[in-house]
Amino acid sequence: MEEMLNVTQSLVEYTTLICITGVSISLIILLYRAIKGPSNPDRAVALDIIGINLMALAGLIAILLVTTKFNDVILLIGILLFIGTVALAKFLEKGVIIERDMD
Amino acid sequence: MTRTNDIILRTTTTLIAFILLGFSAYLFFAGHNAPGGGFIGGLMTSAAIVLMYMAYGIKSMEKILPINFRHVIPVGLLIAALTGVGGLLFDQPFLTQTFAYFQLPILGKTELATALLFDLGVYLAVVGVTMTIILTIANDRGEEEGV
Repeated sequence: MEEMLNVTQSLVEYTTLICITGVSISLIILLYRAIKGPSNPDRAVALDIIGINLMALAGLIAILLVTTKFNDVILLIGILLFIGTVALAKFLEKGVIIERDMD
Repeated sequence: MTRTNDIILRTTTTLIAFILLGFSAYLFFAGHNAPGGGFIGGLMTSAAIVLMYMAYGIKSMEKILPINFRHVIPVGLLIAALTGVGGLLFDQPFLTQTFAYFQLPILGKTELATALLFDLGVYLAVVGVTMTIILTIANDRGEEEGV
């Protein structure tokens, strides 16, 4: 029983480490797109997905550290990401983020 | 400039702003024993309000939410200062905080601390400052240009 538990624990640990490596590689490739991207929407989309990858990274590190205190942080990154992306999209489309009168 | 129809943004905003306000209330009350507190709760509330401003524009939001956020800052500071003064009334040093256990109808035995009132002051001050900064920056031009 004890042996089984140890095997499961190391399995979870190795899986998390592999996943962290994968997410890190994708973050580096996205960073290339954010720096190089020919147009501004390219950069906006790259930054959006960088944020999603950060959410994944926070979740994986919460598994690695065996804590539940990161769950709020993950939700928080998602919310701020959504608001930031909406603001960026409005700026690219209309030039203003908060309009005076929309109707 | 052509008129754009952002019905998807407006519909998701009604849903997401609701979730955001609930999450900010959770963060505010969870601050005693878990990550959270007045500062991050206030930031989340102002994020929800900013999202509504982005979706609906300033004019309609002033109708929905007729609050001058410049008046929220002194109210928050006053609440935070008064909780500090409250300690003086009981021959304790300034900013002494205390707590007690109460039987509440639904929650049962609950620990209520006066630190929550101090946190409420922080919350209101953070909401006021954030919204004042964002709305003054958003308002500064466009009056004469009519963007």
